[in-house]
Amino acid sequence: MAKAISKKKAAKKSNTIKLKFDTSWQYALAPESKSAATINKQYDLFINGEWQKPTSKKYFDTINPATEEKLSEVADANAADVDKAVKAARNAYDKVWKKMPAKERAKYIFRIARIMQEKARELAIVETLDGGKPIKESRDFDVPTAANHLFYYAGWADKLEYAFPNRQTEPLGVAGQITPWNFPLLMAAWKIAPALATGNTVVLKPAESTPLTTLKLAEIIQEADLPPGVVNIITGAGDTGAAIVNHADVNKIAFTGSTNVGKIIQRAIAGTNKKATLELGGKAANIIFEDAPIDQAVEGVVNAIFFNQGHVCCAGSRLYVQESVAKEVIRKLRDRMQSLIVGDPMDKNTDIGAINSREQLNIIQKYIAIGKKEGAEMYESSCALPSKGFWCRPTIFSNVAQSNRIAQEEIFGPVLSILTFRTDDEVIEKANNSPYGLSAGVWTDKGSKIFNMTKRMRAGVVWANTFNKFDPTSPFGGYKESGFGREGGLHGLSAYVNIV
Amino acid sequence: MEKAIKKSSLNVSENGLEKTVSNKRLEVLKTYKIYIGGQFPRTESGRFYQPENAAGKKLANVCLSSRKDFRDAVVSARGAVSGWSGRAAFNRSQILYRMAEMLEGRKAQFIDELIQQDSTKAKAEKEVNLAIDRLIYYSGWCDKFQQIFSAVNPVASSHFNFSVPEATGVVSIIAPQNDSLLGLVSVIAPVIAGGNACIVLASETKPLCAVTFAEVLNSSDLPGGVVNILTGKPAELASWFVDHMDVNATIYCENNSEVQQMIREKSATNLKRITFYDKINWYSDEGQSPYFIMDTQEIKTTWHPVENIASAGAGY
Repeated sequence: MAKAISKKKAAKKSNTIKLKFDTSWQYALAPESKSAATINKQYDLFINGEWQKPTSKKYFDTINPATEEKLSEVADANAADVDKAVKAARNAYDKVWKKMPAKERAKYIFRIARIMQEKARELAIVETLDGGKPIKESRDFDVPTAANHLFYYAGWADKLEYAFPNRQTEPLGVAGQITPWNFPLLMAAWKIAPALATGNTVVLKPAESTPLTTLKLAEIIQEADLPPGVVNIITGAGDTGAAIVNHADVNKIAFTGSTNVGKIIQRAIAGTNKKATLELGGKAANIIFEDAPIDQAVEGVVNAIFFNQGHVCCAGSRLYVQESVAKEVIRKLRDRMQSLIVGDPMDKNTDIGAINSREQLNIIQKYIAIGKKEGAEMYESSCALPSKGFWCRPTIFSNVAQSNRIAQEEIFGPVLSILTFRTDDEVIEKANNSPYGLSAGVWTDKGSKIFNMTKRMRAGVVWANTFNKFDPTSPFGGYKESGFGREGGLHGLSAYVNIV
Repeated sequence: MEKAIKKSSLNVSENGLEKTVSNKRLEVLKTYKIYIGGQFPRTESGRFYQPENAAGKKLANVCLSSRKDFRDAVVSARGAVSGWSGRAAFNRSQILYRMAEMLEGRKAQFIDELIQQDSTKAKAEKEVNLAIDRLIYYSGWCDKFQQIFSAVNPVASSHFNFSVPEATGVVSIIAPQNDSLLGLVSVIAPVIAGGNACIVLASETKPLCAVTFAEVLNSSDLPGGVVNILTGKPAELASWFVDHMDVNATIYCENNSEVQQMIREKSATNLKRITFYDKINWYSDEGQSPYFIMDTQEIKTTWHPVENIASAGAGY
């Protein structure tokens, strides 16, 4: 008894009172309804304003990663289909899009954005079904941000002469765009919006595991009466992407995905004049100083690594905590992890949904095994997991060394590596010791320290006392091997124009 | 008397190795060395080459720099980046201005070297004058381009959000083969104005001005390592310039399409930023602009929450 009291006192002293989660309070189920969305049994290729059967005559399944049930099947575009799409885009560029007054071009993009807003609920449902992300994220983040992105760039179309001081812009021509599976609709909007606003036409391929919202976007584009061929959407896997990259009549490649594939693309276009924007991997350092508001910081860490199941290239996957507060931070983080709701992505209370694919789950599990083998201390939340589908409990590793693979390589899942530091210089050196440089975070109450840190961190996006925030007006993109070019904001325009 | 000596020494230099027998003062010839980390070593390889002018006169025994020299230069450049990019933009501006002053002071030497390398007196004067003016031009940009290319972004959430250019780091440059002074200055100035450090391979056939320019840099308060100048053969060194894992960007100024393809392919190893200046007329106005500075800049975007209570609005 005496022992218990002194324990309690000690806990109070260090401000680490443990929260209790063993109560009978439970969230009631709050499932979103599938009936508000229509998913066709089969999708063809959207080329030249119409749905065309694939030359290959092949289709592949897309499944719900939370249930492993088939949702639909989509066309597998081969090189001949890519060629058709590029020809349609070239034709639309030459005959329609580049001649159209910019203000009219703008109105088409505005119109697409508006229809997306009108169909926001349906898009959110489809995004969650196809990708496994929590409905609250697709509803509150993916879909509205995608629509806002189109809205933002629509307005640029007839204002480009203000964007580059003392220079004029001209469009590049046909843009080949390849998007990833973590934010399918949002990435499609990120790529289509600036391309169209600056007068280019588009051939876009969504990731093979999550094509449905992009195909819904094609329906919206059709509904918006965008001239045929201005946006072409074709589905397929790596071979289809390669055919776009290697097509001789494509002027620009915009790719979001892994650093390895980014490098392959860079080599593939070496002998050409194609411009490229590559938005690749990351291993963001998220730094907590002892003077930080710890509760807010812990909340920020949770958002940094568990947002979208950690399938985020800019995820704060390396946490650096100042030694003096490391115990407290880790304890609070563990507590908070226990309260995260893992499960049915369609439930509005769900915090962490399904892992996007079996393939990705295997990669994550491989890294968890590596982390254990390397001697780091693992902790995972004790939540129950559904029996079907692909799942991974939120996981943290403490006592991680800078050289450990889980501190160097991108895991792309809900797995956090925690390291400690003593001084500013030490943490900067550790944080920048990475081939990547996409994003970074810092938590401190001291304004001058924030700017000291944000200035010295080699990353394209730096969040101070916040993390994983995005906005159409805010440029996004990396340093070093995280790629080049920016998407979003004024700076995102330059990826799609020649400055003359 | 003084005039006579000068004339006689000119004879010596014009006749090259066939020295006229004379009791006049013998001219002291300069050893053209490379410039790494603020020092003037010879190439570690001990190799040399003898570029000739159109008349077939050997210009000098010039260092034939090696891959190891390049790697040493990268180490110097990397060490110099944070200090140089961390300086006040105003201070960088002052140092570029100082470089122009030093160049102005040694104008005659540059004109002489350009004439040795087949330029005419009028053309050489023009080239040196333009090179000086170009340094002044970029001196002025050091603390202004950030304002032109920055943005405060009106995000919809309650955050203060701004984007600013920032030096990309270490830049390797294969300088123009012609315009051996003006081209060199025109590619170095925007790179260092933006806070980068660089390693430059001088014109292979006309290397003299590059080495003398290093002497200008050395007396201009430019910290050692910010600009490193090598002499040698692009055919031998180009692939190392773009292969090195601690180089962030490469600039290539010729239109050899095979080399361009090689550079783009190799740049993929660590995703270097690649720029080709193969169609620029360095004598014209298109040879200078803040957009050259932006070619070796990254855009960094910073977010911070804005307290959103009481009557405070959400954004900026």
